[in-house]
Amino acid sequence: MESITLKKLKERFPDSIMETHSFRGDDTAIVKKEDIFKICEFLRDDNELLYNFMMDLTAVDYYGKESRFEVVYHLYSLKYNMRIRIKVPVPESDCTIDSIIPIWICADWFEREAYDLYGIIFKGHPNLKRILLYEEFEGHPLRKDYPVRGRQPLIGPKN
Amino acid sequence: MSDLAKNLHTEHMVINMGPSHPVTHGTVKFLVTLDGETIVDFDVEIGYLHRGFEKMCENSTWEQVFPYTDRLNYLSPIINNVGYALAVEKLIGIDTPERCKYVRVIVSELSRLADHLTNVAASGLELGAFTAFLYFVEARDLIWDLLESVCGARLTSNYVRIGGLKNDLPDGFKEQTKEVFKRCRELWIDVDKLLTKNRIFIDRLKDVGIMPPDEAIAWGFTGPCLRASGVPYDVRKAQPYLVYDQIDFEIPIGEKGDNFDRYLVRMEEINQSMRIVEQALDKLPDGPINVDMPEYRWQSKDDIYTKIESLIFHFKTVTGGIRVPPGEVYFPVEGANGEVGFYLVSDGSGKPYKCRVRPPCFPLTAAMPRMVKGALIADIVPTFDMIHMIGGECDR
Amino acid sequence: MGITEDRGQRTEEEGLEQVLGNSVLLTKLDEIIGWGRKYSFFLYPFITACCGMEFMSLAGPRYDLDRFGSALPRFSPRQADLLMVVGTISHKQAPILVKVYNQMTEPKWVFSFGVCATSGGFYDNYATVQGIDTLIPVDVYVPGCPPRPEMVIDGLLRLQQKVAKERWSDWPRGEAPVTKKI
Repeated sequence: MESITLKKLKERFPDSIMETHSFRGDDTAIVKKEDIFKICEFLRDDNELLYNFMMDLTAVDYYGKESRFEVVYHLYSLKYNMRIRIKVPVPESDCTIDSIIPIWICADWFEREAYDLYGIIFKGHPNLKRILLYEEFEGHPLRKDYPVRGRQPLIGPKN
Repeated sequence: MSDLAKNLHTEHMVINMGPSHPVTHGTVKFLVTLDGETIVDFDVEIGYLHRGFEKMCENSTWEQVFPYTDRLNYLSPIINNVGYALAVEKLIGIDTPERCKYVRVIVSELSRLADHLTNVAASGLELGAFTAFLYFVEARDLIWDLLESVCGARLTSNYVRIGGLKNDLPDGFKEQTKEVFKRCRELWIDVDKLLTKNRIFIDRLKDVGIMPPDEAIAWGFTGPCLRASGVPYDVRKAQPYLVYDQIDFEIPIGEKGDNFDRYLVRMEEINQSMRIVEQALDKLPDGPINVDMPEYRWQSKDDIYTKIESLIFHFKTVTGGIRVPPGEVYFPVEGANGEVGFYLVSDGSGKPYKCRVRPPCFPLTAAMPRMVKGALIADIVPTFDMIHMIGGECDR
Repeated sequence: MGITEDRGQRTEEEGLEQVLGNSVLLTKLDEIIGWGRKYSFFLYPFITACCGMEFMSLAGPRYDLDRFGSALPRFSPRQADLLMVVGTISHKQAPILVKVYNQMTEPKWVFSFGVCATSGGFYDNYATVQGIDTLIPVDVYVPGCPPRPEMVIDGLLRLQQKVAKERWSDWPRGEAPVTKKI
C-alpha cells in the first residue's frame, strides 16, 4: 500500500521523481535536484499533506558512485502525523542545490552545516559560511576521502 | 524632548559574549550589537565543541557507537542510547522483549528527569536563585544514584545495547525509586515555592523570548520549547515507541511561548516523568531483557562458556562487529530537548556508513536571534537558559 | 604543615622562641604563603562539555568544594588562580584557552578535568586537541569520562600538596609556550 504522499508526488511530478521506496516503513522519494524547491513547496502547501516541519537536513557521501553526494531531507506533517524522506543526488562536478530557506526558515543552519562538513553549495543561501568548524579549516571533514586525523590546529603542534 | 533624542549622537556598540562566559553553559559565542541596552543585531556562533561525532561513528562498529551517543546530550545520555538502539533495531528488524522495553522507558524517563532538573537548576543559578540550584542538584544527584545502581556510571551510562540491555535492574530498585521520588517531590515543591511565584524570577522570564506557534514550527522547534508555544507535539504521543502507548501520562503545553511557559512546561514534565517511571515499575513484566538472536546480541555468559555456537557468535560480533543489512532508516525519539532522530545508512559492513543525529537544540539555538532582537541585553540570559543548548548535541 | 610551633619545651637554649613564648609562630615565608594559597583557590571554570555536569555536582550540596577552600568560582580570568579545564577542547576552542591562560595573573595552576582535556580521550580525530598539555602547562591530571567527584577532590588535594611545596623561584612561569607573537 503506497502512502498518500508518494502517490501525490508521483501524480504531480511524474518527471522529477526518480524512484520511491518504503524500506522499513520510511517513505522515501529520490528526486531530481532541479525540482527540489518546487517539490518542497508542494509538500508544505498541499492541503492533504501539510509538511510543516523540516526535521532534518543532511548529506551523505557515496564516494565512488556516479553522483557522489545525496542531500537528505526529513519532513514531518503535524496535522496528518506523517513523515517523508526526500533524497536528492548531487554530482561532485556540479556540487550545488537550491536553498529551501524561503520554505522552512530552519533550513538555514542545517544547510550551513551540510556546506561545512560536505562542501555542498546551497544556491540562494544568504549567509553560506562555515558553522561548526573555523574559517581557516581547509577541506570538508565528513567527505569519505578526508582522513580521520586530518588535524588543522589554529595554535599549538599538529599531533 | 524628541529633538534631544534625535540630535543625541549614539553609536551602536558591539559586544562579544563568550565563548567562555558564565551564562553560556555550553560554549557558544554571541555577537551582540547594542543600542544602549537594546539588542539591535544578534549573531550566534557555535561549533566550539565540534568533536567529529559522525566521523568517529563511521569508523567504529555498530556497537562502539553507543559511547559516542552518550556524549551528545550529556544530560540525558540514555535517551540517546535508546534512540540509537531503536534505529539500529528498526534497520535490522528486531523487536525487543517486553521487559526490555519497560526498562528502557524507566531509564529514559529518569534521564529526562535529570535533564529538566539540571535545566531549572542552572537557570535559577544564572538568574540569581542559588538556593533553587542547590535543591535541584541534590535531586539530580539522587536520580544519578539510581542510574548508577542500574548501569554503574553516574553520567555517561552506555547502558543500552542493540537488541537488549547491558544488564537488568538491580534488586530493590522499585523501593529505592520510591524513596528517591519522595525526596524529589519535596524538593520540587520547595523549588516551586521559591521560583514560580517569585516576583524577580517572573519579571525576568515572563514575556521574554516569545515564540508564536506558527513561527516555532517554521523554526523547527520541538520538545518543551514547542509545547510551551502551545503546539501539543510529543513523539511519545504522536508516534509512540517502546511502551509509551500503554502508559498514562500527559504532555503539558504553554499558552504564550515565552520563557516562563517553557519553565512551567519543564517543571510539569518533571512530575509527568516521575508518574511514567512509577507506572512502568508497577507494570514491569518478568522475562528476558535481550533478544535471542546471537548474531546481534551476545548470549549470556553461561551460554558463551558452555555452548560452542554462542562462543563463535560472540567471537564474531566482538571482533568484526554485527552485520546490519544494507538500507537506511530514520527513527525519532522524544529527547529532553525535543525530537532526537537518528538517520542511519548501512552498506552491509560492520560499521555505519552514515550515522546522523538530528540535534533538537540546533534549530532552537538558530532561533536565538529571532527571540532576543529588540529585547534588552539581560534577556539573553533567561532565553538562552530556556533554550537549554547542550554543546555536545548542538555541535556534535 | 610545615609550620613549627614553639610551645616553650626547649629550656636548654636561650633563643628568640624562648623569649617570646606562645605568642608567635615561626616558619619560612615560602611555607606560610604556600599554606595560605593552597586553601584559597579561586577557580576559573573553563567548562566546555560533559564534565561540566559533574562539576555542578561537585559544587553542589553533596560534594561541596567549599570544604577545601575552593568554592568561589571567578568568571574573570584576572581574578582567578586555578584554571579548571573541564571538558573537550576542540581546535576551534584552543586559541581561547591559551588566551584565558595568558590573562590569568601569576601564580596560577591548571587543573585538567577529565580525559578529554588530559589526552583527547576517545575523540582521536580532526576536531579535537590531543590533550591540553600541548598548549599550556598542566599541574594536575584527573582522568575519567567524566571523573567521579571523589576523583576530582583527590586531584584537588594533590594540587594542594604541590602548592604547599612551591618556592618563590617557581614563579613567574610566563605565558603559554604556544602563544603566537603578534
